[in-house]
Amino acid sequence: MSVTILIPSALRSFTDRQTSVRVEGKNVGEAVAALAGLYPDIRRHLYDDAGELRPFVNLYLGETNVKNTGGTATPLKDGDELALVPAIAGGSEPALAPSVAGGGERPA
Amino acid sequence: MIRLPRHLRLNIRAEGEAAYPDECCGILLGTVDAQDGRTVEELRPVVNTRESGERYHRFRMEADEILLAERFAQSRGLEILGFYHSHPDRPAAPSDYDLEHALPWYSYVIVAVARGKARAVSCWRAADDRSRFIRERMPAVSDDLKRKML
Repeated sequence: MSVTILIPSALRSFTDRQTSVRVEGKNVGEAVAALAGLYPDIRRHLYDDAGELRPFVNLYLGETNVKNTGGTATPLKDGDELALVPAIAGGSEPALAPSVAGGGERPA
Repeated sequence: MIRLPRHLRLNIRAEGEAAYPDECCGILLGTVDAQDGRTVEELRPVVNTRESGERYHRFRMEADEILLAERFAQSRGLEILGFYHSHPDRPAAPSDYDLEHALPWYSYVIVAVARGKARAVSCWRAADDRSRFIRERMPAVSDDLKRKML
């Protein structure tokens, strides 16, 4: 099946700035693997050391996050469009004195 | 380099104060020029979906929100430049936890909020190999100057 993967801006530097990439794959897992095969530098951002998709990597088939359906085994049909969407997380360290808050740029 | 107009910087500070003692978070929408100079045009506040007992030092934005923001940005000729969040009673500098979860290319604006009052604002980008954060220059841009630039 020939499908299109939409690339988020953060990962376009690994796809020659292309916003979408056409790949072959019978299911979501194969399509993502094909993307990593075409652009090897993107692999470390998609997969962990064990070869599993990183938790923040989400793939949407239409409006549906495939994590809520069949995961990477979700079948694809010709012409499908997969959106690669990162979940975003972060935060501060748990224990620092309030007095250290500062040091960046002050607002104008 | 990222231009964050004064009124948007003030909005981020106000969001950080309103969320205190929890972390606020949101999305930076804007444009990128040929030299990778970025200009933030709009902020998109996002609900911090971490558990209530964790929000004082953690934030999470669900992928559904990022997808909606991506589509909204495209409809306006903008793109997601990055994200902002607050560090309650912590410095305006990225933590190891921030680095573990960072993606390259995106700009990460952090506002320190000390005892409920917004303090420093800084911006950072993760190196391509995500080994470290690099400070991103964020010159003060007055709203008047920005209007002259347009």
